[in-house]
Amino acid sequence: MSESKLDLLQGTLDLMVLQTLAAMGRLHGYGIARRIEQVSGDAVLLNQGTIYASLVRLQQRGWISAEWGTSTNNRKAKFYSITKRGRKQLSEDAAYWQRLSEVMGRVLALPEGSDNK
Amino acid sequence: MSEIWKTSRAWFERLGGLFHKAQREAELAAELESHLQLHVEDNLRAGMTREAARRDALAKLGGVEQTKERYRDRRGLPFLETALQDLRFSLRTLRKSPGFSFVAILVMALGIGATTALFTVVRSVLLKPLPFKDPERLIRLYEYSADDKFAYNVVSGGGFAEWRKESHSFSDLAILGEAQYGLSGVAGQLPERVMASNCSWNLFPMLGVEPALGRGFASADDQPSASATVILSWGLWKRRFGGDPAILNQTIHLDAKPYTVIGVMPSWFAYPEQSVQLWTPTYHEESPELMQAIDDHEFSVVGRLKPRVTEAQARTELSVIMRRLHDQHLDIPFVSKAANSRPLLEAMVGDARTALYVLLAATFCVLLIACSNVASLLVARGATRRRELAIRTALGGSRRRLLREHLTESFVLSLVGGAAGLLIAYGVIQWFVTTRQDMSRVEAIRLDGVAAAFGAGMILFCTFFAGATSSFSIKSHQILSSLQESSRTHSPGQSPVRLRKALLSLEVGLTVLLLISSGLLLKSYEQLRATHLGCITENVLTMHVDLPDAKYSQPTQRLAFFETLLDRLRTLPGIRAAGIATSVPGEGYGGDNGFTIAEHPPLPLDKTPYAIHRWADPGYFAALGIPFLRGQIFDKNQRLEKASEVIISESFARQYFGAEEPLGKHLLTLGRKPQKIVGVVGDTRHRVWERPQPIMYFPLYSGIRERTTLAIRSTSDVTSFALPVQRIVEQLDPELPVSDVLTMGQVIGQSTLDANFEATLLLAFAGLSLLLASVGLFGVLSYIVAQRTPEIGIRLALGAQRGALLRLTLLDGLKPAGVGLALGLAGAAAATRMISSLLYGVAPLDATVFVAVTTLLLAVAGIACLLPAWRASRVDPVIALRYE
Repeated sequence: MSESKLDLLQGTLDLMVLQTLAAMGRLHGYGIARRIEQVSGDAVLLNQGTIYASLVRLQQRGWISAEWGTSTNNRKAKFYSITKRGRKQLSEDAAYWQRLSEVMGRVLALPEGSDNK
Repeated sequence: MSEIWKTSRAWFERLGGLFHKAQREAELAAELESHLQLHVEDNLRAGMTREAARRDALAKLGGVEQTKERYRDRRGLPFLETALQDLRFSLRTLRKSPGFSFVAILVMALGIGATTALFTVVRSVLLKPLPFKDPERLIRLYEYSADDKFAYNVVSGGGFAEWRKESHSFSDLAILGEAQYGLSGVAGQLPERVMASNCSWNLFPMLGVEPALGRGFASADDQPSASATVILSWGLWKRRFGGDPAILNQTIHLDAKPYTVIGVMPSWFAYPEQSVQLWTPTYHEESPELMQAIDDHEFSVVGRLKPRVTEAQARTELSVIMRRLHDQHLDIPFVSKAANSRPLLEAMVGDARTALYVLLAATFCVLLIACSNVASLLVARGATRRRELAIRTALGGSRRRLLREHLTESFVLSLVGGAAGLLIAYGVIQWFVTTRQDMSRVEAIRLDGVAAAFGAGMILFCTFFAGATSSFSIKSHQILSSLQESSRTHSPGQSPVRLRKALLSLEVGLTVLLLISSGLLLKSYEQLRATHLGCITENVLTMHVDLPDAKYSQPTQRLAFFETLLDRLRTLPGIRAAGIATSVPGEGYGGDNGFTIAEHPPLPLDKTPYAIHRWADPGYFAALGIPFLRGQIFDKNQRLEKASEVIISESFARQYFGAEEPLGKHLLTLGRKPQKIVGVVGDTRHRVWERPQPIMYFPLYSGIRERTTLAIRSTSDVTSFALPVQRIVEQLDPELPVSDVLTMGQVIGQSTLDANFEATLLLAFAGLSLLLASVGLFGVLSYIVAQRTPEIGIRLALGAQRGALLRLTLLDGLKPAGVGLALGLAGAAAATRMISSLLYGVAPLDATVFVAVTTLLLAVAGIACLLPAWRASRVDPVIALRYE
């Protein structure tokens, strides 16, 4: 735990939630939070509460839907699943992220002081 | 596109979030609880104790309440929620100070009401397109007067014919003439004189207007040989013929001649003027000679431009035609050399434009003053709430939130004020429409959606002006100091006071501007009223008598009528004098004639002078008290074809004879035998605001065919003679209508109506703003004094002189007034030049008006400041120091 955790960039949480739902299917809020933590290898500083702000935002945009159901160990929980529009949005945003990270990668790969020669 | 959809969808969802609050809250709580349970169970499975498991779950979640708050921020519309909160809050505060609220709302209502009303008038009259087809392609055409002095002269029949034949710029050209008819009564109705217009048959199709009933004129109706036809206005049809459709194809009598009614125009149609009650075809009504004459300018011409032809091109083309006509007829004087044009709308609105814009500007000034007053009141209130605001800020209330509260408060005030203002505007417009029936397009004035939108815009403007200005006084860095502030040692924060003084200067400046403008208009109105027409105006009654051609075709018949009428009138007890002329002074231009003086060497044709003409009976000059300067009145033998004398006015003699003796000389007018000058009379003005112009008087008893005005003068109240005189006319000819029975005072009143109206209205605005400004001055100074009472107490206790304190406070209030005065005077000096076209006999920088306004303002400001200043000097130091 000595290494400091990553702060989430604005908007990345929404994308993570969408991707999680797309990959895992129906999930409740806790499940989504756990899944993100697991996948990131606990490298992300996730205040689990922020998941709920993200969930309501995605719901308002019609990208995910929600319904009450029962969890595997018989607990009442609200389950979320991605909608068709959400998938479309996910593919757009994912492509954008890919491009952005590629570019960032290239920019950061420039050798230091290379223009001073 | 999809972005907009996404955003708006989210907003709708969030808007929905405002409702079913409790249910959503419960659901959220349940969801978070289930989250925690799931987490705790996982933790337990990982081997934690129950207590540690729960603590870890809570920590990871980041706190239940915090999560809920974050969730709420996303769910509903916090902005709207706080706005509603602000609204409730400001309603409560406004209710708690009803006096303040009432004054503020009243002030706003007056400002918004007046501005909206004037805007409606300006928009309806000046900005709305004419209700015709493609009105922007319609232009009014003019000739330059032959001497090029007047650019918008009416057109000759021959000139029009030439334009129509030769020009290619227009898809159509129509001609209109003025007319009046005596409408004979049927079944016991009185005969009536009606204003009419004769127009070429193509006018209505060109305007794109069809009769509501029947048909329009056909080209076959518009010829000398056609049988007489007439189209009625909606109003005349309703009033005189009971709105009965059976009137179509019936015969009515105009000037005792039969006309077939072929149509009725729609009720909204009023062209060329509101007063026109029927239309007849020009070429049937006017003589073929007149319609061909190129030097007799009598008609209005309207044209519709062809697509892709500009007004300038069309005007150039007509000018070329006009010039050719002039060059071909060098033997005829008074043939114009050029044509002119302007858009039809502009031609119809004419002089009303400047006046309306001035009034609109004035109302806007009043609105600004009203806003400043409300802003100033809000600042004062804000200052008394400084501690409260400071505490709220200290507790984390954001400055934006405080600003929003201010805006909400001024919004509520403006909204209520605006609603009342719209009612006021409605009333004002009703009043305006009934008062100004004479103004063209007055029928188009209506409070409609756009005007309401303008009113709404004004409400927003006031909200931001009053709210934003007043919140300038909230300064975050002062919060601490106002918390530390102890009123014993502190005078109030300077910033709100400075702001109020700035607002005050603005108010005073605008007030000065309004006062000076209205003062100038008022003075020019007084000048107009005091102008001497050149005749007696007390106890003089005038009325129009028009002998119809059909019944009085012979000069002898007309002569007999005039003579009998005058004989009868002069024997009526109480009547001092009676006379008949074609127009009396103040009644208008009337018409002119070119002439040459037989005894003078001939002038080149295009230098032929012209002068106003009148026909008068021998007793006319005495009846109206027009002074006889030299020579004698018309001889009794000056009748019918023996008439060969002329009387000239003083300025005629001065202008054309100079030092020479005019008596005995002869005037040659077109187509008439030489007329011997037998007398010179004093000058009269044909319009109150026009300089006296040369006039020549010909004998009425020559039996001319002209519309005439009868004037009688009595020793006592002349209006009581209206009926007896009309009865005498009726005895002579029961079918003869008498119209426009007016005293001379009313004749002048009508022609100065505009000036009177503008001056009165502007004065009302100026008075209102003076009141508002002085209330503002009084308020600000009272406030300063109240805030400084402890300080004044200390000064007094330390031995300050009461007189010095009085002077100090007085100066404190008069300083912003002085700054405002200076601003206002400078502004007025620039602005009054714009209204110079409305002024008569007054320079835009009239010293008396400027000095009077300055004095008035200083006096009012002094009085407004005196009471608070006096109160300051009367402060009892003991009470003041015990103030805490």
